[in-house]
Parts: sequence; structure tokens; C-alpha cells
Amino acid sequence: MRKITYCEALNEAMSQEMERDPSVFVYGIGVPDHKRVFGSTAGLVERFGMERCFDTPLCEDSMTGFGLGAAINGMRPIHIHIRVDFLLLAMNQLANMVSAYKCMSAGELNVPLVIRAIIGRGWGQGFQHSKSMYSAFAHIPGLKVVLPVTSRDAKGLLISAIRDDNPVICIEHRWLYWQTGEVPEEPFTIPLDGANILREGNDITVVATSWMNVEAFAASDILGRRGISIEIVDPRTIAPFNDELIIKSVAKTGRCIVADNDWLNCGFSAEVAARVSEKCFDKLKSPVYRIGFAPTPCPTVRHLENEFYPNAVKIIRAIEEMLRLEPTDLSKEDFYSHERRFKGPF
Amino acid sequence: MARLFQERKVVEFDMTRLSLDLYRKLYLARRAEEKIREHYVEDEMKTPMHMSMGEEAIAVGICHTLKAEDQVFATYRSHAIYLAKTGKIDDFFAEMYGKDTALLKGKGGSMHMCAPEAGFMGTSAIVASIIPVAVGAAFANKRQGNGKLVVVFFGDGALDEGDFWESLNVACLMKLPVLFVCEDNGFAVHTATSKRQGYSSITDIVSKFNCNVLKKNTTDTEVIYKLTRQAIKLIKTTQMPCFMHLGYYRYLEHVGVNEDFDAGYRSREEFEEWYKVDPVNLQRKKLLNHNIKEEEIIKVEREIDNRIENSLRSAKEALFADPVELYRSVVV
Repeated sequence: MRKITYCEALNEAMSQEMERDPSVFVYGIGVPDHKRVFGSTAGLVERFGMERCFDTPLCEDSMTGFGLGAAINGMRPIHIHIRVDFLLLAMNQLANMVSAYKCMSAGELNVPLVIRAIIGRGWGQGFQHSKSMYSAFAHIPGLKVVLPVTSRDAKGLLISAIRDDNPVICIEHRWLYWQTGEVPEEPFTIPLDGANILREGNDITVVATSWMNVEAFAASDILGRRGISIEIVDPRTIAPFNDELIIKSVAKTGRCIVADNDWLNCGFSAEVAARVSEKCFDKLKSPVYRIGFAPTPCPTVRHLENEFYPNAVKIIRAIEEMLRLEPTDLSKEDFYSHERRFKGPF
Repeated sequence: MARLFQERKVVEFDMTRLSLDLYRKLYLARRAEEKIREHYVEDEMKTPMHMSMGEEAIAVGICHTLKAEDQVFATYRSHAIYLAKTGKIDDFFAEMYGKDTALLKGKGGSMHMCAPEAGFMGTSAIVASIIPVAVGAAFANKRQGNGKLVVVFFGDGALDEGDFWESLNVACLMKLPVLFVCEDNGFAVHTATSKRQGYSSITDIVSKFNCNVLKKNTTDTEVIYKLTRQAIKLIKTTQMPCFMHLGYYRYLEHVGVNEDFDAGYRSREEFEEWYKVDPVNLQRKKLLNHNIKEEEIIKVEREIDNRIENSLRSAKEALFADPVELYRSVVV
């Protein structure tokens, strides 16, 4: 099968859906400008015109309400934010309006609104261009939240989101944009329901979100050479959160590490830990362990930023401790370096 | 000459009819709320009431110009608007009592009424947060070319919020068919305009936008009706939105069914001045001036009284929804 990047997969999903359904439109700050939201909106304005792919004033909250209003009147808006941090300005509309509108119209009004938002990281993005925030959105009943990791998921989940009659927030990690993977050319959907086992294993379950799946793969490759078999489970859709595959996996391995691309306190990792404790208590050989952001604002300077983020090394050390293994010599390992491919500025 | 005379007669008949139709809606809104005041002490309507009393001329004058398919978005203070747009008296009282017979089965209450099939598209109790939703709805209508007009009601408190300015800007930029209606009662809860606004005239400011601006301080619903027709014409001919600034006096406390003239932030004398031109009484006088007999007016009033009584009784007698209703119509 042909391979395309995560970014191309997002673009193809929107393009094919706009072709299929004239009620779909794409909007947001900078959406049709020359940078095209890191290329994810490339070609849309040329193909579908400014009517269906347009820029907006800088007013995230009201443009979210705008999307809600268009959605209840039969349109399928896709609102894009180049940083998820900017979406916090729309928290009022998300938590007070968008999430409740279907219920408060007795189900007579559907809200087929998609919000795409990008998690930034690296090259000095600083504390306002690097947050994940998805746990906060997933906390609110009425909002669906998806975190595509593979190119295939990027396309399939986004198409499902666009066709869903409810609001869906799609959170995309900037570093995933260059990842390539096999993606069918024709439109297809992946249900917004349930996890994906990215790698099968028997000794330990790593539940990883967003970019942390890439780190979990690196950890698994290294520990695999020592005969440690890691099962990597990507929850994909965290709201609604179907924990079936995670519970099945932990029931098999008896051990669970949650590697979350977010802060830990009151976060999605806590939800996973709670579900695993509730449903696999008698199968657990050790307590669930969580890895996430340091509980601080994200610093700009590199060496502190590296401290802030969880990574493959932290996952490896956590696994070693859980399995009571001697630490692996990692001095010769070549870990992913974003700076090798990315020279800024944004 | 005979022909001309005939035509004039027709016009006069229509004016009388219009006056009577407007009065019906005014009387309905007023009496419905009087009934709420009467029964609220029974503690069966467990929903915070933000009463429309004093505002009826605006609600009725505007809604009466609208077609059934036109869309209204409003606020937590929407009793009069809801009744004027939808005429759904049974549903109104059933929702106040939170009963199974209401569309929302009590999930919304007084602050969150909704009747999409009657063009009452929802409300917000977060000040100004409904305004962008209305603008987005107007965008969809324009895109679909369905000719529907969107009217969004909000109080003067909304003028302090970012969502108002953001939405006004977007609607003007995108030339959307939306009528912004600012119902200005001079207070955001209990805080007077003078303590909140760093400018002297909202209409001056809005007129600098690419927007039609109309302003009126009147309790005469016929004047507001005519003004709204003018607004709709302007929206159509200029392809720009319209902002209407309408003053009124809120008779009762911000939330609740009582007067609050002893609270110190406003005076009873002020109320009494406004009450001299009470919108319902004013319209009733007009009917008498149109030579409609008082018995005829009383007949109309009794009819509405009976409808309200029936709706209220049905609402009281109706059952609450099954508890599983909590999980209906939600996103899963």
C-alpha cells in the first residue's frame, strides 16, 4: 500500500470529505495563508474556494460559537487551531455551549462540528505553544476527543469525526506530521470508539497517548533486545473512552505503565490508572505507574525542556524498575532528536 | 373615489387586526408571568426565573414581524420572546414545572427554553455566549440561500463581553443576515451602565462598523414592529447586519418574581414613570382608539386566561420524566 505522511493523511481526509459533502467547510486563523497550517490545508482553497476554506478574525471563542451555529443549521464545520493553547480561549463555548447544545435542544439539533488543534513541542516553543490539554476537554461530557497517532488513524479518525453528528476535537502532535505510514487512497472511517494495539507483547502493557507512542516504540525496540516483550496500546479516542482493549491487555500482562503526553494530576493517565485498578485489580502484579509532563509550565531552553518531557528513556527506566531489571546501558542508543530535522522557527 | 375608499378601509381593517394580534401576544406574555408570580411560592417551579415584565413590547414587536421559519436566539430572560415566537403555552408551563410533557422535559427550565421547529433556537445563561452561535447560524442560512433571518436578543450586559464585539465584527465582515437586538434595561444584574461602560453611546460605536443601526426608547410595540420591518428591509437591501438598540424598564428583580425597589439601586418612582406607558396597557388603549369594543377585548383576554389556566393545570398534573431521561439526547 502507498505510504503518506500524517499531514498528508489529514489533508486527504478533509479534501475527500469536502468533495463528498458540500456542507463541509474549513476555517480558522491562517487556514488559507501560504503556510496552510503546516501544509495540512494545502490545496483546499484552490479546490473549494474561499467560500469553503477561509481565514477568520482572531476571536477563538466566538468563532467556536460560530461553528456551533453553522452546525445546528446543517453545515459541517472544521475549525482549525495551529496550537491547542489557542483553543483555551474557546473554553467558554466548548464547555458552556457546544458540549450541551444537543441535550438542551432535546436532541433536535445536532452539532457536527470538528475542531482540529495542534500540540507544539521543541525548538523553544515555550509554555504557551506546547500544551496538550486534551484531558481537560475529555473531562466535559458532550465533547468527543481523538488523538490520532498513525497516518492511517489520522485519515480514518478525521473522516469519522467529520461524519459524526456530535462535536469532535482532534488533537494532533506537531512531531507526528512527518511520520509516514500506509494509508488507503479511498475514504474510510475508523470508529471513534476503542483503542488500537500498536505492538503486541506479553510482559508489560504501555498505554501511550499521542507522541508517547513513538517513545514507547523506541523503548520497546531497546528492551526487546533483552527479551522483554512490551504491548503498546494507543487509546486513540479518549472521549468516549472505551477501555476494553486496555483492560484485556493488562489482564494478560499484569503490569501497566501509562505514558501520557500531558500533565498527570487529574489527567487522562489518572483515568486509565483508575479503570485498570477497578477492572484488573486481582491481575495486577504491581501498581500502575504513570509517566507524563513535569508539573511545571513548559520551559523554552533546551536542557530544561528535555527535563520537562517524558521520553523513551523514562519509559525504559520505569519498565526496568517494575520488572526488577538491571538498568540497560543506553549510552550507545540513538534516540529521536527533533532538532536534527527541525530548525524552527515554529 | 369609491375604489380608493375601499382600499383605505382594507388598510384600516388590517391595522386594527395587527393591533389586536400584537395585543394578544403582549397579554399572553404578561398574564403567563403573572401566573408564574402567583404560583412560584408553591415551590413547584424549581427554576430561577428571570422575568420579562416590562420587556414585552420588544419581544412581541420583533417576533411578530418574523416568519415561522426565521430563527431566534435569546437569553435566560426569554419568557416573552419564547411565547411571542412560538405560542407554545403548554410547553412553556410544562418546562417551568419540569414535566415529561415538555420538549426538554425540565432539563432546560426557565433559563434554557428551546423549540427549534418553531424557530426558537436556544438560549444561553452565560451573557453574550449565544451571540456567536446566532452569527454562525446566519452564516449557514446565507450559504444555503434559504432566506431565513436570524434575530439574536441580548441585554446591555452583553455589550461588556468579548463575544459581543467579536460576533459583531464577524457578522459585519461576512455581511450576514442577522438582526442584533440589544434590550437595554440599564443594569447588568444590579450594576448600572455608567459603572461599566467607558464610552457614551453604543450606537455611535456600532455605526462605525459596516452595520445598520437603529435606536428607540419606546414601550409602543407597534413602533417596534415597524422599526423591525425597517431593519429587515435594511438587512436585505444593504446586505449588512442590523443592530437595534431598544431601551426598556425591568419591572421585577434581576432573578426572581418579586419587586426590589427597596434594594437601593433604583427607585419605585422610576418604575412608576415607566408604568404610565406600560406596553400592555398602552396597546389596550390603542385597541379602544381603534373602536374595538371593550367587551370584545375582554373576550380576547378571557380566552387567553383560559388557555393559560389549562396549560398551567396540565403542567401541574403531568408526570416527571423517567429517570433514564438523564441519559437521553446526550453525546455518547
